[in-house]
Amino acid sequence: MRDTAAVEVTGLVKRYGDRTAVNGLDLTVRRGTVTAVLGPNGAGKTTTIETCEGYRRPDAGTVRVLGLDPISDATALRPRIGVMLQSGGIYPTVRAAEMLRHTAALHAHPLDVDALIERLGLDGCGRTPYRRLSGGQQQRLALAMAVVGRPELVFLDEPTAGLDPQARRSAWDLVRELRADGVTVVLSTHFMDEAEELSDDVAIIDAGRVIARGSPEELCRGGAENTLRFTGRPGLDLRSLLKALPSGTAAAEPVPGSYRLTGAVDPRLLATVTSWCAQNGVMPDSISVERHTLEDVFLELTGKELRS
Amino acid sequence: MNTKTTRTTGHGTYSPRPGAAPLSRMIAAQAALETRLLLRHGEQLLLTIVIPTLLLVLFGTVDVVDLPGADDGAGRVDFLAPGVLALAVLSTAFTGQAISTGFERRYGVLKRLGASPLPRWGLMTAKTCAVLAIEVLQVALLSSVALALGWSPHGDPLSVVLLLAAGTAAFSGLGLLMAGTLRAEATLAGANLVFLLLLVGGGVVVPLEKFPAPVRDVLEWLPISALSEGLRDVLRDGAGMPWGNLAVLTVWAVAGLAAAARFFRWE
Repeated sequence: MRDTAAVEVTGLVKRYGDRTAVNGLDLTVRRGTVTAVLGPNGAGKTTTIETCEGYRRPDAGTVRVLGLDPISDATALRPRIGVMLQSGGIYPTVRAAEMLRHTAALHAHPLDVDALIERLGLDGCGRTPYRRLSGGQQQRLALAMAVVGRPELVFLDEPTAGLDPQARRSAWDLVRELRADGVTVVLSTHFMDEAEELSDDVAIIDAGRVIARGSPEELCRGGAENTLRFTGRPGLDLRSLLKALPSGTAAAEPVPGSYRLTGAVDPRLLATVTSWCAQNGVMPDSISVERHTLEDVFLELTGKELRS
Repeated sequence: MNTKTTRTTGHGTYSPRPGAAPLSRMIAAQAALETRLLLRHGEQLLLTIVIPTLLLVLFGTVDVVDLPGADDGAGRVDFLAPGVLALAVLSTAFTGQAISTGFERRYGVLKRLGASPLPRWGLMTAKTCAVLAIEVLQVALLSSVALALGWSPHGDPLSVVLLLAAGTAAFSGLGLLMAGTLRAEATLAGANLVFLLLLVGGGVVVPLEKFPAPVRDVLEWLPISALSEGLRDVLRDGAGMPWGNLAVLTVWAVAGLAAAARFFRWE
C-alpha cells in the first residue's frame, strides 16, 4: 500500500458539453511530496483536481487516489484527504473559529483547533462571520479546514490566490511543514515562484494535457538555454572567446561593449570566460548569469503568458 | 482540545492521522451548527417566529377577519392556533429550509461538505434534525402565546405529532426540491411567494369556507390546508386521527422527497 503512488491519473478525459476540459491527462504524485499543477486559467487544473476529489466522473481514463476510486470508494477515501476549493464552501454567517471547530468535529483525530487558528494568524477574527473576513482571511480559513482532519493527502486549489505577500509566505511555510511531517500535497497554481519554491514535482498543463513534467530544476535545465552577460570594452574578439568555450555556445555583442553568451551555463563556463578575460586584459565591469525560470519554460512551451 | 502542550508547530504536528468521527457525532455536530446558524439569521427568525406570533396575536385579539366562533376571543384563538402551528411548520420546513439550502448550494457549502467525512444522507439527516429543533421552539412559543390568549386545545397529542411530522416531511421535500434545482435568488423569491400564497389560501388565518366552492375544492388538496385543517379537527374539535388529511400529507411527502432525491443538484 505504501508503495503505490498517492495519486495516479491515466488518460483522463473530461468534457463539459462539447468543450473538452481535460484531454488525455496523465499525472503521478509520489507519496510524501509536494506536486504543483501549473497552468493558465482554463488549462484543466481545477477539473483534474476535482476529479481526484470525487466531484467529477471521468469520461475516459482512470483515477486512483491513495489506491482508491474517488467515486466508488468515496466513503473510505474522504476521511483521508483534505480539500481546499478554489473558492467558497463556507456558510456566510458562520464564525471563523466555529467553522474550523465544526470541521474538526467531523474527524476522529483532528489537530488542535486553537493552535491552528494561531498558526494561520486567524486568532484576531475567530468570532468574525465568514462574509466579513478579508479575502486573505477567508483563504486561510479554507486552508485550515483542509488540514485540520490530519489527512494523508491534501488538495489545494490555488491556495494563495488573493493573499498578501506575508500571508503567502506563511501559507508556503505551512505546506513545507505538512511535507516535513509526511503529508502529500497537490496544489494548483498559476504562480511560477510558488511552484519553484514549494514543489518536488511540477506538472505543466495546457489545454487539458500535461505538456512537461519534472522537478523545477529539471524543467529549467532542460529545453531552455541559459544566458551569461558581461560588459567590457567594445569590439572584443568573440571568435577567440568562442574557441575557448564548449561547442554549442553562442556569443553576441548586441550593444557595443555589452556581451551575451547563450548555452549550457555552468560554473566551468563562467570560469573559462573570466580566465579568457584575464588573458586578454579585459576587465568585465559587470557579469551576470540569468537562469531560466519556470516562467520562461512555460512561455517557450506554450507561447502564452501564464497569468492572464 | 485545549492542550497547551500541542500548541507548538514543530515536527510531527501534522503527521497524518486520518479518520472520520463516529457517524452520530458528525450528524449531531452538523445539526447543532445548522440550528445555531438558523437562530442567528434575522430574516429566518422573522419568517419562523415573528410572523406566526404576530398573526396569532393580531388575529386572535382584533376582529380583522370574520372567523368561526368570532363572537368571543377564545373561539378565535381556537380557530387560529392550529392554523398558525401549520404555518410554523411551513415557514421552517419549506420556506426557511429552501432558502438556506439554496444559498448553501450557491456558496459551495454543500460541495465542500461533500468532500468531508459526513455522508450526504448524514447531512440531510442533520438538516431534518435542525428543522425539528426549530419547530419544537416554535410550537413551544406559539402554544404559550395561544394559551395566554385563552386557547383550550383538545384531542390526542399523538395525532398532533403525527400530523406535524407528516407536514414537515411534505414541506421538506418540496423545499429541498426547490433549493436543489433553482438558482438561489429564484428560490428566495419563490419560497417567499409560496409562503404568502399558502398563508392566505391554506386555511391558516382565513377559513377555507370563505372561498367559492370550486376554489375550495382545489385548495383542500394543498399540504398546508391538509395540515391546518387536520390540526384544527383534532385540537379544536377533539376529533380522532384525521386520516384523510394525513394521507394527503403523505402523498405530498413521498412525491416531494422522491422528486428532490431525483433532481437535487449539489453544485
